[in-house]
This record gives sequence, structure tokens and C-alpha cells, in this order.
Amino acid sequence: MELTGLFFYAVSLLILGGIYAILCLALNVQWGMGGLFNAGIAGFYGVGAYTSAILTTSASSKHLGGFGLPVPLGLVGAAILAGLAGWAVARICVRLKSDYLAMASIGIAEILRLVIVNESWLTNGSLGLSRIPRPLADLTTGRMGDIVFLGFVWFVVLLVYLAASRLHDSPWGRSLRAIRDNEASAAAAGKNVEKFRIQTFVIGCAIMGIAGALSAHYFRFLSPTATDPLLVTFLVWVMLMAGGSGNNKGAILGALTIWTLWSVTEIFTNRLPPEWATRSSFIRMLLVGLLLQVVLQRFRSGLLPEKSPPVKFRQE
Amino acid sequence: MIEFVNFYLFPALAIGSIYALGAVGISMIFGILRFAHFAHGDLMTLGTYGVLAMAAIVPVNPLLLIPFGMALTIVSALLVDRYFYKPLRELPTIYTVISSFGIALVFRSIVQLVWGSQNQVFSTGVKPPLVLFDTFRISVLHLQAVISTAIIAVLLHYFLTVTRTGRSMRAVADDPELAEVSGLDTAKVIRWTWIIGAALAAIAGTFAALNTSAHPNLGWNLLMPMFAAAILGGIGKPMGAMAGGFIIGLAEELSSYHWIGDDALISPSYKTAVAFVLMIGLLIFRPQGLFKGRLL
Repeated sequence: MELTGLFFYAVSLLILGGIYAILCLALNVQWGMGGLFNAGIAGFYGVGAYTSAILTTSASSKHLGGFGLPVPLGLVGAAILAGLAGWAVARICVRLKSDYLAMASIGIAEILRLVIVNESWLTNGSLGLSRIPRPLADLTTGRMGDIVFLGFVWFVVLLVYLAASRLHDSPWGRSLRAIRDNEASAAAAGKNVEKFRIQTFVIGCAIMGIAGALSAHYFRFLSPTATDPLLVTFLVWVMLMAGGSGNNKGAILGALTIWTLWSVTEIFTNRLPPEWATRSSFIRMLLVGLLLQVVLQRFRSGLLPEKSPPVKFRQE
Repeated sequence: MIEFVNFYLFPALAIGSIYALGAVGISMIFGILRFAHFAHGDLMTLGTYGVLAMAAIVPVNPLLLIPFGMALTIVSALLVDRYFYKPLRELPTIYTVISSFGIALVFRSIVQLVWGSQNQVFSTGVKPPLVLFDTFRISVLHLQAVISTAIIAVLLHYFLTVTRTGRSMRAVADDPELAEVSGLDTAKVIRWTWIIGAALAAIAGTFAALNTSAHPNLGWNLLMPMFAAAILGGIGKPMGAMAGGFIIGLAEELSSYHWIGDDALISPSYKTAVAFVLMIGLLIFRPQGLFKGRLL
């Protein structure tokens, strides 16, 4: 019994770890490659989660829905809508200093949260959406479903990783890093800085939407608390900085490491007496905040530092 | 009309003065240290709880205890700058932004750890509103907030235009390299930026908590309108930030007045969005702010 419990704990840890890995890869496209600061990850994640949930659930009188589309289409819809939201922000802010983008992205996340809480015809407000289907649900029953879902999540992680690596190694990615490192010289070499930045931001946001959609299908229930900026935005930043910004493998490794630390410490704190258990979650937050400071000052390159792709010359 | 003035205009001015006091710090830090300080809201929360803790011991009007909150925020801001922001100063400023994002969380978790996460109210009792000319009713707190902000604005203006330190601060905000080669003491300027920003944050936080209640997210929820106010006033222009604070406060509160028909123009639940929409509009059409601030 103890062993199966442990096994399913590991499964749920890896499922959420995979979702965080996708978020981290997305942030790596925006920050690691493009140098764009996104402080509103939770907003784009929320858009993705709600889009996919609304597209795939069966009809309900409480919220918009009844499309009953298959889950992969839900994920595509999530990516499109989150990407559109990102496009709107990027369009306005990428020409300015990155601090403005940070402020605007945190603002858009806040507005999206307000919409989710207030527009109950769309999202059922704070009561949330329930009975969100899981992909491949017909294959198994009961807890085995978690294992199938684990495979599904990591399949998506693999796809996103391959796409992100391709972006990283391609001429597009090279131009992007050139812009990140020296905007003036990249512009002088004829690169359209604004266009590259908008594309980067939109791609990142679309991937964040996919991560949100996966989390909705995993929990099968979605309420506004899912877009908690602390857990979604902040933790992802710590993951990427610790894992190594600019390195896709580092992004995945950082996500898994920090998420494991975060969840495993929760097991210990939950065993404390109740009045200490609530306090200890604040200690955990405090430590994560300090961890970020240590990483920024001492290990800025992270666990797996950024590596430039090898230069290949065409064989004559 | 009377209803409009009593229930919308006066509270809007009070909220505006809270934003104004917070935005001054954000604008000065952005202007002098060149980064958007994401921990400013949580610095306000910290100051508020400092006042709250003293109020539990000393039963006087909480406004008299604000100096304790100010001391707490000033010391924390200086320590954080020394140990967390200063080591990153040679890097692109965006690293400091990320760091301040983490510091915001650190401040908030310290507040939750020490004082718990439930709502807390100052026990000042219910005070009847002041009635002027038998028609205007204004709460004592709102009046205090607006008057203190006005006094602070005058003092700040004096400090920035007359004293040597204040003038060096404006010089650094205008052109840091030129100020440095002219031999201005940049370290001192930075220290004073934090002292003023943190002190005003404590005052703003306490007024915000007196107006509603104190909770760990108090400052974080005010951050967005304060950023908007700082941009509106023009980065690096403290007086502009003050004006921006009042404009944002008025826009937020007055947007839920029933200008047309009987319904609120914009549902009060979307109040926070007003500040954001104003900020976006500004970034598109006039990113340097209304009063010709710097565009960084």
C-alpha cells in the first residue's frame, strides 16, 4: 500500500512537473532567448486553461460551453487565444524598455483574472468549471488514468522541447539572441527588432496557454484560484533562473528540481501541528524568494548554462 | 450632485492621495535607479503592519504611530538595496526588476509569518463624518489623507528644489553619467531615494489600511495603479507622480458613477482595470507621461 501510494505521488509530481516544464520552456523562449520580461505568466496560463475547458466540456447551463470538442483541439484553441492576448500586449510594449513590458504584462494578467472572476456567463465565476474531460479517457479507468495522462503531458513536453530547440538553433533564434545581446548592432544588421520581439512574445504566450490547458484537463476542475500569480508566475521564474535561462534542457531540469523541492517540503510541513503548518508555507515562500536572490547573484547561468549551437558550414 | 461629491469625489481624492504617495517612490526609484520597483507595494504592506503592531501596544491614534512604520520601511529598503539590489547594479537593470519581484514575495511572506494572513483593522472606533455647510459630508480620514499629501507635496517640492541633496537627486534622474562625472555623490542620492520612497510608502500603506483593512496583499493590489500613476506623471518627476496618483484615483472611482442612466458606467468590480487601460493608452500615445518625464 505504502509503495503504490508513493508511486502515485511520484506520478502526480511528474505530471505537474511536466506542466511546469512547458511553462518554463515558454518563458525560456521569451526571456532566455528574447530577453523579454513577462510578469503575467498566470494570465496567459489562465486564458489557456479556460479556453480549453470551455471548448471541451459538454453543455452546461452555468457557463458558456457545450462544444464538446476533442482535447487536442482544445489545446490548439488555448494556444491561439493565449497567443492573441500576448500579441496585444507585445504590440504596445516591446518598443519600450523591458520594465514597461513587465508592468503591462502584470496588468494584463490582473485584468484577465478580473474577467474570469466577474464574467460568470463565461466561466461560472468563482464556482468554477467542472467535469472537464481528460484526453484518452476511454483507455483506462480509475487511477491508471493518471499514468496515461502522465504520458500525454510528457509527449507534449517533448513536442514543445523539440520546437523550442529548433527555434533556438535556427537562424531565427540566432537573430533573436543577437537582438537580446546588442539591440543596436542587430538593428544595424537589418533585423527588424520589433517584429522579432513580437513573434517571440506571442510564441511564448501560446505555449503558456497550452500548459494552462493541460492543467485544466489534469485537475478536471477549474476555478479562478488556478491563476494564482505566486504559484504560476513566480515559481516559473525561479525555475528558469535556477535551471539556466537560455538553455532548453536547463529549463526542464529547473522546473523538475524546483517543483520537487517545493512539493517534497510540503509533505514535511503538513506533518507539523496545524498552527505551524500554515506558517511553514510562508517560510517556504520566503525561502524561494531568497533562493531567487542567491541564484541572481551567484549562479546567474543556472544549473545548465546557455550554450551557443555549433556553427555548421555547408559541405561544398 | 451632492451625492456625487460626497460619495464619489471625496473618496476618490483620498484614494488618489494614497496612490500619489506610493507613486512618488516608484517614480523616483525608476528615474534614479532605472528600474521598476515591483516590491514597492509590499514595502507599503510592511510599513502598515509596523504601524499596526505599535497600535496594539500604544493606544493612540494610529496616524501618530506612522513614524514607526516609516522607520521599518526605511531600514528594510536600505538593507534590501545594500544586500540584494546593489550587487546587481552593474548588470542590465532587468535583473534588478526580477530581484525586486522576489523581494516583494519575501516582504509578503515576512508579514504573513509574523502577523498572520487574516484581515486586521485599526480599532479607531466609528467617527462621524465632518459636515460642511450642511451638505458636504467628508470622512475625517479622507480629509487627513488629502491634507497630509498636500503638506508632503509642498515639503518634497522644497526638498527637491532648494536643498543640495534634492537638487543632486534631480540631476541624477536627468542624466546619471553627467551627474557622476560632475562629482555628485551618487551613493548618497541613492540612499535618499530609498529613504523618501520608503517613508512615503509607509504613510500611503497606513492610510490604505485605515480606509479599508490591513491584509498581506494590500500593497500588491495597489501596485498596478501606482505604476500607472508614475508613468502618467512622467518617470523621474515626483510632482508629476503625485498628480498622476490623483488622476488615477479620480478615474477609478468616478468610472463607477452612474453618469448615464441609473447603472454604474463601469462595473465597480472592474475598477482596477481602469488604471491599467489608462496606462496602456498612455504607453501608446504618450509614453513620456503627461508632464514630459523621461522615456527610459
